[in-house]
Amino acid sequence: MLRYALLRLLGAIPTLLLVIVLAFLMVHAAPGGPFDAERALPAEIEANIAAAYHLDEPLYQQFVRYLKGLVQGDLGPSYRYRDHTVSELIATAFPLSLKLGAMAMLLALIVGVAAGSLAALRRNTLSDRVLMMLAMTGISIPVFVIAPVLVLFLAVRLQWLPAGWSGNEGAARFLLPVIALALPQIAYIARLTRASMIDVLASDFVRTARAQGLGTAAIVRYHALKPAMLPVLSYLGPAIAAILTGSVVVEEIFGIPGLGQFFVRGALNRDYTLVLGIVIFYATLVVLLNLVVDILYGAIDPRIRRR
Amino acid sequence: MSLLELDGLTIRYGDTDVVRDLSFGVDNGESVGLVGESGSGKTQTALAILGLLPANATVAGSIRIDGTELLGASEKALNSVRARHVAMVFQDPMQALNPFTQIGQQVGRILIQHKLASAAEARARVIRMFERVGLPDPARQFHAYPHQLSGGMRQRAMIASALIAEPKLLIADEPTTALDVTVQAQILELLADIRRDTALLLITHDLGIVAGHCERMLILADGRLIERGATREVFARPQHEHTARLLAAAPRLDRTDIPTGPRGDTVLAISGAEVIYADRGQESLQAVRGVDLTVRSGETVAIVGESGSGKSSLVRAALGLVPMHAGRVVFCGTALAGRVQHRKKAVRRGLQLVFQDPAGSLNPQMRVASIVAEPLVVHEPAVDAETRQERVIAMLEKVGLGTDYVHRYPHELSGGQAQRVAIARALILRPKVLVCDEAVAALDGTVREQILALLREVQAEAALAIIFITHDLSVVRAISHRVLVMYLGSLVELADNAELFANARHPYTQALLQAVPVPDPEHAGGKAILAGEVPSALRPPDGCAFHPRCPFARDICSAERPPPRKIDGATVACHFAEDLSGA
Repeated sequence: MLRYALLRLLGAIPTLLLVIVLAFLMVHAAPGGPFDAERALPAEIEANIAAAYHLDEPLYQQFVRYLKGLVQGDLGPSYRYRDHTVSELIATAFPLSLKLGAMAMLLALIVGVAAGSLAALRRNTLSDRVLMMLAMTGISIPVFVIAPVLVLFLAVRLQWLPAGWSGNEGAARFLLPVIALALPQIAYIARLTRASMIDVLASDFVRTARAQGLGTAAIVRYHALKPAMLPVLSYLGPAIAAILTGSVVVEEIFGIPGLGQFFVRGALNRDYTLVLGIVIFYATLVVLLNLVVDILYGAIDPRIRRR
Repeated sequence: MSLLELDGLTIRYGDTDVVRDLSFGVDNGESVGLVGESGSGKTQTALAILGLLPANATVAGSIRIDGTELLGASEKALNSVRARHVAMVFQDPMQALNPFTQIGQQVGRILIQHKLASAAEARARVIRMFERVGLPDPARQFHAYPHQLSGGMRQRAMIASALIAEPKLLIADEPTTALDVTVQAQILELLADIRRDTALLLITHDLGIVAGHCERMLILADGRLIERGATREVFARPQHEHTARLLAAAPRLDRTDIPTGPRGDTVLAISGAEVIYADRGQESLQAVRGVDLTVRSGETVAIVGESGSGKSSLVRAALGLVPMHAGRVVFCGTALAGRVQHRKKAVRRGLQLVFQDPAGSLNPQMRVASIVAEPLVVHEPAVDAETRQERVIAMLEKVGLGTDYVHRYPHELSGGQAQRVAIARALILRPKVLVCDEAVAALDGTVREQILALLREVQAEAALAIIFITHDLSVVRAISHRVLVMYLGSLVELADNAELFANARHPYTQALLQAVPVPDPEHAGGKAILAGEVPSALRPPDGCAFHPRCPFARDICSAERPPPRKIDGATVACHFAEDLSGA
């Protein structure tokens, strides 16, 4: 198992390297630079700053310099948040984003699996159709539309929930952003669960369980749920990536000072090291979580369990 | 009052009746065979008794257990009957057991669900039941997953799950169809021994099994009960002509009309064939371990063996479909390249194949005419469309299909018709050698007879050499001039048809012949001579691969691999072949 995990991590190195190269090139290809202000600086000051941050070197030299730092775990200094390294900024902002993402993921799993299972058990009835119609809607509408609509109805009109982040305290302020982040995932997981649950319920071993006198609840709990979870489990990798992407938008909309917001600011300000640092951090996170998903797969399905 | 009473049972899907007005009873403790070909409604009947039919089935009539009506009963009422009064053993235990759950948990769940035991008691009872059904080391097997067990052991676990709640009626639906013949004999003996006073409704297409294991029998055809009676009576004096037809087509080892046609020169010679599958780096599986085989024109050689015997690998290697690790293939005097893609077109057309699954081996989007014409398009592109069409129609007529079939799609054909199309496709290039890989295994008895007759016919016409791979000894008897018996990749015995069945020399061949159920209640076969199952080919036993199961094994058998030796025209790989002949 350990050997397998290590091999997988080694195998991820080329992927990460490709991500770094692409991100590096794209960041530098964007017009403008980190120190462009509205008011033009005198040429020699600009040259000094560029020299201090090695921006006057050829691109490949900058890249080699960056890689050298990266290997030693140094993501470099932020260009815009002076006196802070990128690592410090990530360490400050990530816990909040993690909290938000984990809650959204958990909510999506619980509600998605429950709704999907219910739809499968009530296949082709009204409740199935309504659930699946809602799911289709959830998939079709992007987060940046859902979030403002939620705010408009639940916060502004009905005043049930706080609308923004700052100025509010307690767990309630998490609700809207988490829901906005989770909704598309709930919808997708519900559809996946429904389809796989229908397959599993039609399988021979479920027929055996029925022949043994097990009721619907016992069949779902002891026989169908585990195998029906396999497609959902393999979707968790993409789901995590989708939630990371979604959090960038949601944090911006609700004004949450998480990593997503830093990322957007960094990109707008051409804060090369900050953007690169967050991209590399997220890419590593996705690789690690996918590894966790694959290991979980073996825990559920004994046929592919590794010795 | 009978234990089970069916009265006017009718099962309908849409406008089609799959079971019509079916009435019969099963008394406490008796064993009844429910027999019919595929589509006769026997499995539908079993599912109806347990209330397991799909929602789109309409059911009418009456099904009573101990006088309690089950048709129209609530799911809750049915659940209290299932397992406790009526339990079922399904056909394929790999599918019918949950692959995600330990077998002990699956069986124990039944006791807990029916409140017959607490979790701790359930575990103890499951282990006792596992011991009764012959699962070795039951306390450890409790935690095994289905895929970790052999086919026979899985079916033993399935039987344990059916008997754990001590039902009064056990329904077994083709319980041994997915198993090898020596394991089938063990499982049937186990069912007979273990059920004690539990009544048995045994559903099967195999009249040999009914002859050996059922006191009474019911015969279904097209959803109707056409005959019933004591097994001996029905076999001795069948009343319905369909029953007589079924009995005539029943697989037998004692038929006398075995092929004797003239045989010509050697067309295909395989020597020293070794096939090794070496994926995953570490473990390599030796599927064929040095086998020689020659086939002459006009001759049928049957290759018979249980799963893992290497019979398919040997032939696929000869055809160049899998790489041969060592050995030579000579076709009509020329040595062939190892892989089929390196062979000349003229050679390739000389070796043709017919597969097991007739529907699956035809492209569902092509019409029959194009399917049969395709080899011609590839190998004789110069032929104009009109001539090609004529040859296709002539070929279809030869295999017994008229011009009506030219424009049909594969799904519009029955299993037998589809297999005729596959044979036409193989023969249109006038090959020298036809390989049939379990080509009649998916067909019902009467259709199987027709296809075997067709193969004999085309062989006589074109002096065709046929290699027939099968696990079924009755097919071997019916079709072959010579027989190659294989076990774990090695030649066990190679002999003429008549000689092999009259005077088998190898203990494995003898046990195989004894294990085949005989469709005759007076001389029941199906004896389980061999204990255990075929070992994994990943770790074959030392010496003679068969020695751990061999009743005659001596010290030398585990030390030295017996080389194939010629004895009176047969080739046998056994240290004691002379002593055991006719044993």
